[in-house]
Amino acid sequence: MDLFFQLTLAGLAIGSVYACVALAVVMIYQATDHFNFAQGEMAMFSTFIAFTFLTFGAPVWLAAVGAIALSFIAGLIIERVVIKPVENAPVLNQIIVFIGLLMILNNVAGWIWEFTIKPFPSLFPADWGFHSDLIGPHHIGVIGLTLIVLLAIYLFFRFTRVGLAMRAAAANPDSARLVGVSVSWMLALGWGLAAGVGAIGGILVAPIVYLDPNMMSGVLLYAFAGALLGGVSSPFGAAMGGLIIGVLENWVGQYVPGGSELKLTFALAIIVIVLLFKPAGIFGRVVVKRV
Amino acid sequence: MTRPNRITPALLIGFLAAVGFAVILPHLVSNFTTYQLTLAMSWGVAMLGLNVLTGYNGQFSIGHSAFFAAGAYGAAIMIEHAGWGPYEAIAAAAGFSFIFGFLFGLPALRLEGLYLALATFGLAVATPQLLKFDAFEDWTGGVQGIFVPKPAPLLEGLSADQSLYYVALAIMVFLMVITWCILHSRSGRAMMAIRDNPIAARTMGINLPLVKTTTFGISAMFAGIGGALFTYSSEFVSPDAFNFFIAVYILVGSVIGGIVSIPGAIFGGLFVVFMPHVAEDVSNIYTFIPPPWAVFGVFLILVIYFVPFGIWGGIERLAAWTKRKMAG
Repeated sequence: MDLFFQLTLAGLAIGSVYACVALAVVMIYQATDHFNFAQGEMAMFSTFIAFTFLTFGAPVWLAAVGAIALSFIAGLIIERVVIKPVENAPVLNQIIVFIGLLMILNNVAGWIWEFTIKPFPSLFPADWGFHSDLIGPHHIGVIGLTLIVLLAIYLFFRFTRVGLAMRAAAANPDSARLVGVSVSWMLALGWGLAAGVGAIGGILVAPIVYLDPNMMSGVLLYAFAGALLGGVSSPFGAAMGGLIIGVLENWVGQYVPGGSELKLTFALAIIVIVLLFKPAGIFGRVVVKRV
Repeated sequence: MTRPNRITPALLIGFLAAVGFAVILPHLVSNFTTYQLTLAMSWGVAMLGLNVLTGYNGQFSIGHSAFFAAGAYGAAIMIEHAGWGPYEAIAAAAGFSFIFGFLFGLPALRLEGLYLALATFGLAVATPQLLKFDAFEDWTGGVQGIFVPKPAPLLEGLSADQSLYYVALAIMVFLMVITWCILHSRSGRAMMAIRDNPIAARTMGINLPLVKTTTFGISAMFAGIGGALFTYSSEFVSPDAFNFFIAVYILVGSVIGGIVSIPGAIFGGLFVVFMPHVAEDVSNIYTFIPPPWAVFGVFLILVIYFVPFGIWGGIERLAAWTKRKMAG
């Protein structure tokens, strides 16, 4: 039974990372109807920036905060420079721009920091003052920090002027424009926030999967699966979906024969099944499209 | 320019001249260049498949590496375990990847645009892991992969590379002609009608599910044939060779060549094989230039901004412009 709880708690920890990345994906999806295929690579790049701060001798928390802030600015700039020109272009063009972005970030990261695997320190103390056989100190920190991030984002979108304006811009761009919201800048802000949240995901997962330019491709697939399972129209749902996927992934790996080798196939299966049978996801709204 | 061209004398002469040039080319260049050209054609065949699917039918795939792998492994397994010859094995690879594509197209039917891209993205990311899976190891060779000998020359006096080049050329030309015929048939018009307006297409009595899944199957089949040719020239298949970036290369080649075109696939194949070498040479001299694929990422985005019709679309526009000027 201990094994079961260990698996579940570790699943919640890794699921927290998926939740962060899924949240980033959904934030952009809500505002612009895009799936950002480069979200994983953006998070990877942010983590490497934190790594660079560390090599300059910065303390790990400062490195993380610095990288998250830089990612926010970079996300904003990416939206302004790269994404804005294809805002009204056909879907294919937008997907290709994301793929281009993915190629650039992946290869530039490999060029600057090389494709070797590097260790990355945990943000959290190795000892929280109590000891548990069920969950490691890093995992406790990951779950706790993710919950704080989720709460902060909820409060931001619920109670601040900017958060409300961003929701308005996403929900009804025309009306938002009429009441004086700069929709275009709200989109850029959404990209910045998504990049920041993604960066948190990257920094939290790096001590577990180690740091290399390809570290996020699996994580991004799980995050997509989580976002779809929870519902792409609901940030809360996407975060829950990420957590559920993390736990399921561990259970399948342990209890289903061959499961540990087919974890990515499992994520693919979840994506296809959700899209086929419940495209709105568990917590999502069914969107009716008028033709 | 969303429809394929009619046959004009100029187009026919150009086509025959291009084929003629391709036939004598291996005798003008080194064996290694011939080998590279064969690789370019195997990519090109896969890109032709993606052009049919995305350019003419409007379905997205960023997972064509999976079908490329299906063809490569299909051929390798038939040679290794069933003792088939390399050319029959191409047919097996084609059939295998058609079925795989058709079956994946079934659930994909219900997925529109972005979601289909997402599902195929998942397929591409999961492919290497599936190929390594223990239960299939007796067939796929697991992490080790399978060694595939280069087919012996068909004619005396040709090297193995030249022989394979001619096989690839014959297949490529054949598939391009077939594609042209399909696109000019009733089925082809149905494919394009679905791309342009699915609801109107359905109203016209087009069987949407059938046309879409069949197109997916054909597209996967082309990718599979490309994969088989790729395997013969590289003499080896292994799981990690078919990662997500293979799907990206296919997409990049299609877009740069011109995704709504047939001949664009040739340019796409040549681009993917030769440009990295050129770019590498440049970045070896000027070390501040980032590595080739990062530069191509930038290039890809610029192509989408300014010339989304790609190289062949550009040639067509140039030809039309010259014609207008000549007419006064």
